[in-house]
Amino acid sequence: MDQSTAAAKLESIISVRNLHVGYGATEVLHGISFDICAGETMVILGGSGSGKSTLLRTMVGLEKPCTGEIWIKGRNIERLSDQEWDDLRKKMGMSFQGGALFGSMTVGENVALPLYEHTELEPSTVEIVVRMKLEQVGLAGFEDYMPSQLSGGMKKRAAVARAMAMDPEILFFDEPSAGLDPIIAAGIDNLILKLKEAFRMTIVVVTHELASAFLIADRMVLIDKGNIVALGTKEELRSSTQARVRQFLDRVPEPEVSEELDYLQMLTGDRPKGRK
Amino acid sequence: MGLTDTIGRGTLKGLAYLGGLAQLGGRAAYATFAPAAKARRVRPARAIHQAMAVGVEAIPILSLITFFIGVIMALQGAYELRQFGAIQFVASAVAISITRELGPFVTAIVVIGRSGSAFAAEIGTMKVTEEIDALETMALPPVPFLVAPKFLAMLIMMPCLSIWADFMGILGGLLFGVTSADFTVASYLAATRDALVMRDIVTGLVKALMFGIVITAVGCYEGFSTGAGAEEVGRSTTAAVVKSIFLVTCVDLVFTALFYFTTAK
Repeated sequence: MDQSTAAAKLESIISVRNLHVGYGATEVLHGISFDICAGETMVILGGSGSGKSTLLRTMVGLEKPCTGEIWIKGRNIERLSDQEWDDLRKKMGMSFQGGALFGSMTVGENVALPLYEHTELEPSTVEIVVRMKLEQVGLAGFEDYMPSQLSGGMKKRAAVARAMAMDPEILFFDEPSAGLDPIIAAGIDNLILKLKEAFRMTIVVVTHELASAFLIADRMVLIDKGNIVALGTKEELRSSTQARVRQFLDRVPEPEVSEELDYLQMLTGDRPKGRK
Repeated sequence: MGLTDTIGRGTLKGLAYLGGLAQLGGRAAYATFAPAAKARRVRPARAIHQAMAVGVEAIPILSLITFFIGVIMALQGAYELRQFGAIQFVASAVAISITRELGPFVTAIVVIGRSGSAFAAEIGTMKVTEEIDALETMALPPVPFLVAPKFLAMLIMMPCLSIWADFMGILGGLLFGVTSADFTVASYLAATRDALVMRDIVTGLVKALMFGIVITAVGCYEGFSTGAGAEEVGRSTTAAVVKSIFLVTCVDLVFTALFYFTTAK
């Protein structure tokens, strides 16, 4: 029995159902459905402009779906009151591509912010939690640094520490290794693996880095032009014979003009119908 | 057809903009004053920090500008009054024009330059660097967290600054009065006190309060409507300044007319 069937039997913590998302008149995601199980690391793979970041942003509530549903911990996020949504959000952490640390606060204050805002913890306790979180991401002793004094990799680590401040059950990563050199990127991958092992969190990672994806993923979903091309364990993806999957994994460049029909679509802007 | 179309579209855009400002202002007011919003409370420390930046730090430059404006008003007033041998009215002319109009208006211009633009730049940069998104994902909605403290600071500091501006303007007039118009310090101040009624000062303060609301709403709204990229921050900062000056002038006109016609009766 393969892992995906085994995983499917586990409780699904995030469930995306027939999700359509668009900006203005342009639809970016054309009906995406998949499940993420509690405790697994799901990597959302895709090229630039495939809609993978939009998918992540919709899952954390930063974009509104046109149609379709997202269920997180058994609740449809569109139907939640503000208070319920806030409560759910406290159980989710998000690490942004550029870190998105608050530039006017120190690293320690960044990590402490959700704790001060959402808990009644004493400042001395918050300080201890902050130190713990920074230690977990390898940034012990950097509490008093300003984000501008940190390198790219350190910013991402600090962002992870902030995302973990509230001990979330689900951690989202947007392009964790984008813009980092291979050694630092490998460090971030290791950090994700460590978090997964230590805290059994559900981790959702959006990336286009293949090496990183195959290292950290339990399962992967490959998105192309707003549709799911493939979904499965990394072994399943690696052995896939689907043309588009092979092209992505084998890093084959897009032909100049693939087909007359595609070229026509490119010019007219119509999206392919029923194409997966 | 083309012209009416353009005017129609322009009007709709303008109305939509005002609607956006009103909505932002309303949400900030709700976050600040509604007891139901307890869970999303506004931190006093943040409002105090803003009040320092908006108010206290503006005092040196505002003092200098309004002092000069006071001198200028006295000079201009004296130029005309001298011809009628009525130079002694310079004190009342300065007092009334400063408290009713120039004190609050110049305060607004200084605050737009210092704080309205800063609001737009701060929120705009946070938008570009995904910090606004980060706040959202941390269940810290940006309006109570970022906008409400600014509104609160502005509501308190604008009238305070305006009073200070009145004081400095009158001091400027006094400098002219004492050096060039046969006033003593005491006689100038007495003339000023006789000329002013409470209503003059109150109308100025009401205006200052309204200006504060407009400046914060425009600054924050422009910040939130920043697109992607650093040049967009520049664009929204410029837009915040230009639109604030325009809207403050409009509000000034409306309130001045309102005060004029309500007293005329």
